[in-house]
Amino acid sequence: MSDLSPTPEYSLDDKDFREQNPMAEFLRMERMPHIWCPGCGIGTVVTSFAEAIKAGGYDMDKIAVVSGIGCTGRVAGYVKFDSFHTTHGRAIPFATGLKLANPELKVVVISGDGDLTSIGGNHLIHAARRNMDMTVICVNNFTYGMTGGQVTPTTPTSANASTTPYGNTEPAFSLPFLVDAAGATYVARWTSLHARNITKSIGEAMKHRGFSFIEVISPCTTLYQRRNRLGDGVSAMEYYREDGEIQHGADTRTVDIGYQGKIAMGKFVDRPRDTYLDAVVKHLTSVIGDDYELYGKTPMEKKAEEEARKSAAGKGESADICEDGC
Amino acid sequence: MAEFPKIVSADPKGVLTGRHFMDGDHALAEGALAAGCRFFAGYPITPSTETAERFAERCPEVGGLFIQMEDEIASITANVGAVWGGKKVMTVTSGPGFSLMMETFGLAAMMEVPMVIADVQRGGPSTGLPTLTAQQDMMQVRWGSHGDYRIIALVPDSPQECFDLAVEAFNLSEIYRVPVFIMTDETVGHMHEKVVIPPAEEIKVVERNWYTGPKEEYRPYKFDGKHGAPMVKAGDGYRFHSTGLTHDERGYPALTAEDNKKLLTHLIQKIDNNADKIIRVEESGLEDADIVVVSYGITSRIAIRAVQVAREQGLKVGFLRLITVWPFCENKIRELAGRVKAIVVPELNYGQIVLEVERAAAGKCKVISVNSCGGAVHDPEEILTAIMEGAK
Repeated sequence: MSDLSPTPEYSLDDKDFREQNPMAEFLRMERMPHIWCPGCGIGTVVTSFAEAIKAGGYDMDKIAVVSGIGCTGRVAGYVKFDSFHTTHGRAIPFATGLKLANPELKVVVISGDGDLTSIGGNHLIHAARRNMDMTVICVNNFTYGMTGGQVTPTTPTSANASTTPYGNTEPAFSLPFLVDAAGATYVARWTSLHARNITKSIGEAMKHRGFSFIEVISPCTTLYQRRNRLGDGVSAMEYYREDGEIQHGADTRTVDIGYQGKIAMGKFVDRPRDTYLDAVVKHLTSVIGDDYELYGKTPMEKKAEEEARKSAAGKGESADICEDGC
Repeated sequence: MAEFPKIVSADPKGVLTGRHFMDGDHALAEGALAAGCRFFAGYPITPSTETAERFAERCPEVGGLFIQMEDEIASITANVGAVWGGKKVMTVTSGPGFSLMMETFGLAAMMEVPMVIADVQRGGPSTGLPTLTAQQDMMQVRWGSHGDYRIIALVPDSPQECFDLAVEAFNLSEIYRVPVFIMTDETVGHMHEKVVIPPAEEIKVVERNWYTGPKEEYRPYKFDGKHGAPMVKAGDGYRFHSTGLTHDERGYPALTAEDNKKLLTHLIQKIDNNADKIIRVEESGLEDADIVVVSYGITSRIAIRAVQVAREQGLKVGFLRLITVWPFCENKIRELAGRVKAIVVPELNYGQIVLEVERAAAGKCKVISVNSCGGAVHDPEEILTAIMEGAK
């Protein structure tokens, strides 16, 4: 088939749609269609996440996705990984327990601005402080979508929300500054227009050892856009294209976003530091000695392993002899 | 069909075999370690902190992990996460922390995660009496999280029982995939007594009911009203989903009244239908009793003195100690109420479990509450007076 061959026609048949969809490997297709509105940016983030996993060549059995509550909180229910839809604001402590209990997992938290920075704000800064080895993707649409467009800690001052019907008087969190100050070791921001950049950043963040944080500015067309008379999803894309400025390495003190103001984007922070678990294991080994073994094997397991090793070694020897001698 | 429940001897690494002089808080930690608990996310709060401290100290020796989280909400949630990471987990707290954890207890019940939580009760409400004893959370543990669900709650009366019931709590949680609570109190928590920890081979531990069948047939839930589906852990390749939303057996959100009925009926029946197997009580002199004293935890150790004195005075007084408070031994109470004059219920609260006793007794005998505002254990005199009143 040449490059110029027509796009294969997909029938609208439900079964075909589920099986032939290019995302079928990553999504629980049996759960489609999803709940997100036309023009919403969450789908872009999910696609970028899938692309990053594809490009990174990860063992998909070792990836776990944790979400909190809200529109973005529904991501965990749609992705075909070990995935957990937890309580409001608690995705990060859940992910902390999951990661610490099974350190071989790549744990990714995908949740919204209200979930991660308001009700879950305390957990966000403490996971950053500990450099807990996980990737947090925060879809920031400046509003609580699931409950109908209320103000969040990231809603720009003066913007209208259903609980600030005369305009928001509070200042907003600048999330890259917040998590940088708290100790995050990888921090990036993009808008949902910049799908390829998001993919690249997710790839980097998942390879990064430690607490990595990616903020994706994303339109809520149904609530934030409409309530503030900012047009539809396309209008949001136009805004992101016009006012998104790539500023890699920018001082995070300077990247706050005003109402319909400039959006500084790029990778702001990428620095090495021992993860929580690295620091624990390193320190306890130095204090207690080589006897220390995190989740050390039970004597029974050790015995079984020893026997397995002996029997494997026995086979190995005979194979060697055969190769050498025959 | 795999053997269920799979009972093995405790891993000797976690078992501090020997005779110890130990407080209840430390005994809880030792019981957890003996039961195979290797993960503990906690937050300090009087009078439970010693359990967390003990665990933090012992963890490296047994290859476990302790993390002090930023608050109680984080600590209980991290424990739920760690269950899905494959570990046996425990946390411990007291009144205010217990209140903060309530929402996540609901998540744990909904996700059917086996885990153990100890509440070393202190006087409340609010900050209340941080260093003084109470049994005021007995209804909160049963009803505290929103929605309908069931849990199991055990009440130790001594440091020895803190150890024993910690092991039992883990075993019950693994069998029924349910959070199990150890409702101890400040007095038992801080009381030093002899604690005998048996050799590892004598400690029977229920292993997690791991799924072993084909991957494509795996379902994280089974609404059978018995004990639920076998479990896997994240990273085993099953790529499953679990949610706090009402869900089907695949773990997928299923948000209709009918779906909720299937799920909720299971959550409730797996405990209610097995109540006879779960419930443990200690009893003496019930056969020919005219009056029965029903108590639990530290209060039962005061009550037994009053029972002794009353018996010396020639009264036929039975003694019933609830080791399992939830599920409640209503059949036992119903049977007793049909043949005794009165049931006396002393407890370190303003009358909580007495409500259950009244419900089960259904007016067939007198029920006398010996309540308290907490802060100190009863004087045996108070209980004796109630027994005398019952005998009239």
